[in-house]
Amino acid sequence: MESVIDSPAGHETALINAESIVIRFSGDSGDGMQLTGTQFTDTAAFLGNDLSTFPEFPAEIRAPIGTTAGVSGFQVHFGSKEIYTPGDEYDVLVAMNAAALKVDLARLKPRGIIITNTAGFDKKNLSLAGYPEGVNPLEDGSLDDFTVHKIDVTKFTKECLAGSGLGMKEIERSKNMFVLGLLFWMFDEPMDYTINFITEKFAKKQDIADANIKTLKAGWNFGDHTEIFTTRFHVAPAKLPKGVYRNISGNHATAIGLVAASELSGLPLFLGSYPITPASDVLHELSKYKTSNVKTFQAEDEIAAICSAIGASYAGGLGVTTTSGPGMSLKTEAIGLATILEIPLLIINIQRGGPSTGLPTKTEQSDLLQAMFGRHGEGPLPVIAASSPADCFNTVLEAARIAIEHMTPVICLTDGYIANGSEPWRFPAAADLKPINVNFVTEPNGPDGTFLPYKRDERLVRPWVKPGTKGLMHRIGGLEKQAETGNVSYDAKNHEKMTWLRHDKVEKIADSIPLAKAESGNQSGKLVVLGWGSTAGAIKTAVRELIAEGHDVAHVHLRYLNPFPKNLGELLKGYDKVLIPEMNCGQLLQLIRAKYLVPAAGLSKMQGLPYTTSELKNKILELLK
Amino acid sequence: MSTIIEQAAAPKLTAKDFASNQEVKWCPGCGDYSILKQVQTVFPDFGVPKEDIVFISGIGCAARFTYYMDTYGMHSIHGRAAAIASGVKALNPALSVWLVSGDGDAFSIGGNHFIHLMRKNFDINYLVFNNQIYGLTKGQYSPTSEKGKVAKSTPYGSVEEPFNPSELALGAKCSFVSRSLDRDPKHMQMVLKRANDHKGTSFVEIYQNCPVFNDGTFFAYSEKETKKEQAIFLEHGKPLVFGNTEEKGIRLDGTRPVIVDLKENGNSVNDLWIHDEHDKTKAHIIASFFDTTYDDVHFPRPFGVIYAEDRPTYEEGMQNQIDELVARKGKPSLDKILSGDKTWTIM
Repeated sequence: MESVIDSPAGHETALINAESIVIRFSGDSGDGMQLTGTQFTDTAAFLGNDLSTFPEFPAEIRAPIGTTAGVSGFQVHFGSKEIYTPGDEYDVLVAMNAAALKVDLARLKPRGIIITNTAGFDKKNLSLAGYPEGVNPLEDGSLDDFTVHKIDVTKFTKECLAGSGLGMKEIERSKNMFVLGLLFWMFDEPMDYTINFITEKFAKKQDIADANIKTLKAGWNFGDHTEIFTTRFHVAPAKLPKGVYRNISGNHATAIGLVAASELSGLPLFLGSYPITPASDVLHELSKYKTSNVKTFQAEDEIAAICSAIGASYAGGLGVTTTSGPGMSLKTEAIGLATILEIPLLIINIQRGGPSTGLPTKTEQSDLLQAMFGRHGEGPLPVIAASSPADCFNTVLEAARIAIEHMTPVICLTDGYIANGSEPWRFPAAADLKPINVNFVTEPNGPDGTFLPYKRDERLVRPWVKPGTKGLMHRIGGLEKQAETGNVSYDAKNHEKMTWLRHDKVEKIADSIPLAKAESGNQSGKLVVLGWGSTAGAIKTAVRELIAEGHDVAHVHLRYLNPFPKNLGELLKGYDKVLIPEMNCGQLLQLIRAKYLVPAAGLSKMQGLPYTTSELKNKILELLK
Repeated sequence: MSTIIEQAAAPKLTAKDFASNQEVKWCPGCGDYSILKQVQTVFPDFGVPKEDIVFISGIGCAARFTYYMDTYGMHSIHGRAAAIASGVKALNPALSVWLVSGDGDAFSIGGNHFIHLMRKNFDINYLVFNNQIYGLTKGQYSPTSEKGKVAKSTPYGSVEEPFNPSELALGAKCSFVSRSLDRDPKHMQMVLKRANDHKGTSFVEIYQNCPVFNDGTFFAYSEKETKKEQAIFLEHGKPLVFGNTEEKGIRLDGTRPVIVDLKENGNSVNDLWIHDEHDKTKAHIIASFFDTTYDDVHFPRPFGVIYAEDRPTYEEGMQNQIDELVARKGKPSLDKILSGDKTWTIM
């Protein structure tokens, strides 16, 4: 649908109503692309669009300027329909320099729009980006299939801020605002949200605030007054369920999920953590909630981080540790301790590409088997995974419930993609959240007024006693315990008994979790795509599109990875084929094949990038042939 | 009010009240027995209810201590007790938290947690039973074994320098550094009381004899024949005097300690170094003079409180910050936290 409107400047522009748009903001690490993308996203969210974002940045804080290694990107997919992925390809690529164009051009849609800062395409930048001597993609016709807008953003920003009294460095830093202003104009979005943001952020630096706002408006006016742009786009609000929304990233959802778990259980929250990408934001965010019965502790290392959390849980709090792959490996021994102690503990692994330092800023799902089995001895633990940024909230809350109500450490998996990505969230009211039952024991439970710290209830759960409780003093530890008394025992039969008890206790959690079912498609049929974690959005989009195209395909997504929902095997056996796409070599695939003996097929991707919808659709269609 | 009356009426606990029902299983003659006895002996004097005491230990012979105290306790994993205890104390500062480690547990595998605990200054009492050997793993040299130590893993002698634990603790900004020994019960009781009274991390190094793998290592400091010559017992405000007939003293010549013979003309006890627990520079010299060479003069090993400093604890700092924030900002409702600052409504 296209309509022609008169702009205030008088030149005619076509306003195209688009169902959804993908924009990729791409530039050097220092170009402020993450901020630009976030501001655009927040504004789109306020206008009622559904959306999904994908920030992607290098591991280096300041990689060599102008090189492809230093390119930082922010992708946003917003629309008037439901959006579950940041988009396979983009409609608009903002390239602040030659390196950005080089890295990100491949995923621009045919006939897509490129907005470039020509200052970033000078001889030096072209050379740094690795273009051969004398080659400039803006001049050589190689972009003729796209709509290219060549704008000297740097020059316009300097002109706009001449006489502002700011230094050249600060002036140059404002150039992202010019682009943002232009994009707001192009997509028919108001500048108010960002103006408020700038005003608040630079409340104490009036000159900087003024400069940013002036540049933002200059960008808007540039679009409005020059006749370069003949097309604007409008994305109508999405038909989302009624309610109040906020935009949220996975790491922020994780942090407030923990605060909610503390409120709902009445337990003080203790986070022991050590800085690691991409988990640090949870520590940062949670540190802001100290007034909510939250204590955050930046420990000397990953081991101290989990051990302090174990200490806090032992003392009667909700102990939590957050980390990513390498940190997870360091915590392994302590997880074994928490397992044999049988105390509540949350271990949140925000996965990244591995092994070792691997790809610190890129996403992967390759720690599933580590979560399942990464302990010495038989150390069964519940494992659950979040499927989207907002779902991190629900998942963390559920992890806390299991940990507290079943007296066990719980491993909660998210990953870099959903941790940094964001989406609109129709957040719940506190009153609608289910309380978490905490039962601190204060009375003896054994014969003659004795206390038996490992006497179990019907769910095989042992009692939790806070130090400070009169008359129930007892010792626990990492040595094998005699059933019930908890005293050290090297008895062979007792060890086998305790091994099975710990195993069965985790298995019994399956009694209190929801059954698995297809969330898209039929509950039996030709093919089911079984996913876990952050692949949810891409699978959902692919499966729904294929269903709309008339294919018999379904989508089952797992939050509970240990124990599995009780009916999972039965459900899977109702389909002719099972496809398990993962960002690893096939880890869930192994678990499913081993447990249910179904001939599931796998699909792997280990590129530090989430699945695109088309990758999944192609594989599904291949299997449906 | 009623609590006070009730407490006053409660009969004072005895050493026996602190013994758990578990059989003590250290080797016969182990120095750990004495330490356990002294701890159980002094604890009733502290007046802390048993349920408010928590022992956290790591791994090693010493770490079994936890099982023998009728308090709350956790026998954890190798080297990590300090980190676990930090979490206990941070969550509930009202608990009296005690750590028990051996030299391998505290200074080798747990070295990082040791130094950071000192720096952070949680109000925790850290007892390190130093026997200069790995006992539970059957006789390897430890990070406190003397250089050249012949042990299971070093049949030709170790080639590395040992830690000087008090020096290490001082370097890590420990606010209470002390040393005692298993064969001097009275002294150990005194040091334990001082540690309990100190607010902040109290490091108590206890020389402990391992009769199986390192017998007699510290006898020079405990046996009558040598003790007075080889050990010096520090007291705040008292001169540094030692020797069979207290005839030797230590004087400071600038930053250089000098042993003087008090029987010689012109040497007066009034000119000696007066021990000042609060002087950190001097504490460093005391901690290290025995293993530093000063023109081949052999200095005695110091026992007692080497250093004590009043400084805010970690848990206080943590709580004060929270209290201040709550007073200034109030506690937000969960609804407010869920909604954040920026929301929009879909009608």
